[in-house]
Amino acid sequence: MTRDQVRQAVLDIIIDIAPDEDFSAIKDEENLRDQFDLDSMDFLDIVMELRKRFNLEVPEKDYPELISMASSVEYLFPRLKDWKLAS
Amino acid sequence: MRYDALIIGAGLSGLAAGIRLAMFDKKVLIVEKHVEIGGLNSFYTRKHRTFDVGLHAMTNYTPKGTRSSPLGKLLKQLRFRHEEFRLCQQVMSEIRFPEKALRFTNDFGFLEQEVAEQFPREADGFQKLVAHIRAFDELNLDDTEKISSRKILEHYLSDPLLIDMLYCPTMYYGNAREGDMDFYQFVIMFKSIFMEGFAKPVGGMPYILNLMLDKYQTLGGEIRMGCGVQSIASKDGELQAVHLADGATVQADKVISSAGYVETMRLCDSCGEDEKPDRVGQISFMESLFVLDQEPKELGFDKSIIFFSTRPQFHYRVPDTLIDVTSGVFCCPNNFEYPEPLAEGMLRLTNMASFKMWDGLVRKDYRAAKKEQGRRAVEALLAFFPDFRDHVIYEDAFTPKTIHKYTGHLNGAVYGSPEKAKDGLTPVKNLFICGTDQGFLGIIGATLSGISMANRHVLQAEPNLENG
Repeated sequence: MTRDQVRQAVLDIIIDIAPDEDFSAIKDEENLRDQFDLDSMDFLDIVMELRKRFNLEVPEKDYPELISMASSVEYLFPRLKDWKLAS
Repeated sequence: MRYDALIIGAGLSGLAAGIRLAMFDKKVLIVEKHVEIGGLNSFYTRKHRTFDVGLHAMTNYTPKGTRSSPLGKLLKQLRFRHEEFRLCQQVMSEIRFPEKALRFTNDFGFLEQEVAEQFPREADGFQKLVAHIRAFDELNLDDTEKISSRKILEHYLSDPLLIDMLYCPTMYYGNAREGDMDFYQFVIMFKSIFMEGFAKPVGGMPYILNLMLDKYQTLGGEIRMGCGVQSIASKDGELQAVHLADGATVQADKVISSAGYVETMRLCDSCGEDEKPDRVGQISFMESLFVLDQEPKELGFDKSIIFFSTRPQFHYRVPDTLIDVTSGVFCCPNNFEYPEPLAEGMLRLTNMASFKMWDGLVRKDYRAAKKEQGRRAVEALLAFFPDFRDHVIYEDAFTPKTIHKYTGHLNGAVYGSPEKAKDGLTPVKNLFICGTDQGFLGIIGATLSGISMANRHVLQAEPNLENG
């Protein structure tokens, strides 16, 4: 997956988890929990969806890597590089 | 047949736990010993009518878009839209005592105003209490400190009548303990009833339960009805297998039970000392329901729910007699903002009742007692309410014994044990508790309990593999 595809994948997950939020003006460098009403239950779901969609385990010690869109993309890109998206 | 998780009980907490696990592709089985889903908040059909049992209304109403409220969290976690619950808000409820009445709606400001008008000397203390409540984290699963709510209420309020009036609904709608309640439980109830509010779904409990069951099954969850658990086998304090009443054995990595803590321990083959009989819940009710030939408001009943005491002091305790008619809850299900009026007028009257007394009656005395106690309960109401008896076209009643029969909860206890297993743990590894004994109560609370326990003990407890 390219970085853009990784970013889109993360965005797709958070849109599914928080359908009432408006993500169109998302600031990639800023803390997700500051911009949107996301709590620890939502965070659990992000991790669970990554596992479900990409067979990727995010260990608890790495949860802080998912703090912003930019840091999530940086963390996930090397781990999802070889993942082939369905065309 | 091996499952990732087995859930005991298809009530709200069991179904919610099931949805969370099925959503993340866990192989999950729910077993329910009754032929119907719902547990303590269920329904039954008699003479072509369907009646809800359990709470009169859902508490914790918040409007669409409130994501951080218990209802908002539940909708997110189960991936339902607010509109799917079809919630219709209350018109207005009331706390009615001989000297004073406090009305309240889903707008908390209304109650604040009523308190200021009815108890002007307490207005300031009430505001301080409210600030304390707002700041308190009642959903913290790891907080084990025991704080008496009575101590805190007495700290801020000096009029015992106001304290009793605040306790009447908060205790009737969720207190497992006689006389006092843990402060965190009081906060949960205060927020859910006064700061959030009441609503009923169009279609009642059958609608909500079927909505949940449908999602669960669509996600791949399995369920077996009329299928009780015979025993839970464990070895060296670790779950081994579950033996069902039909003779089948189920292997599951984890079991989440909504049957109740003591009820679950009694199913465990090696949990003799863990039975802890003092943890059995005690609070149960008798409820009478009346179908009327008119809308309740045409007979003078314009409120949604009335929490009443016919005496100046409110005592929340298991009676020594069959029922306690000196206080209770009176619900007019029609008085909610439905898009279409309900087909018939209805009233529901709930009083505290003693399982022990009801259980001691032989069959024919039991039937006679239901009639007699129902009569006494209505008569006590007539002290403050119009006489509706000539307008009743059908009535039915159930007792703590009925509740025990259909849910298996000991003593017909509706709010579980006063000692909650907040963390959901039991002495058996991989056996967990959700529902009233875990501690979140009410329709929304029980659902959140199932979600929280499934999240904490199954989804989050996965071994974390490093991705190579």
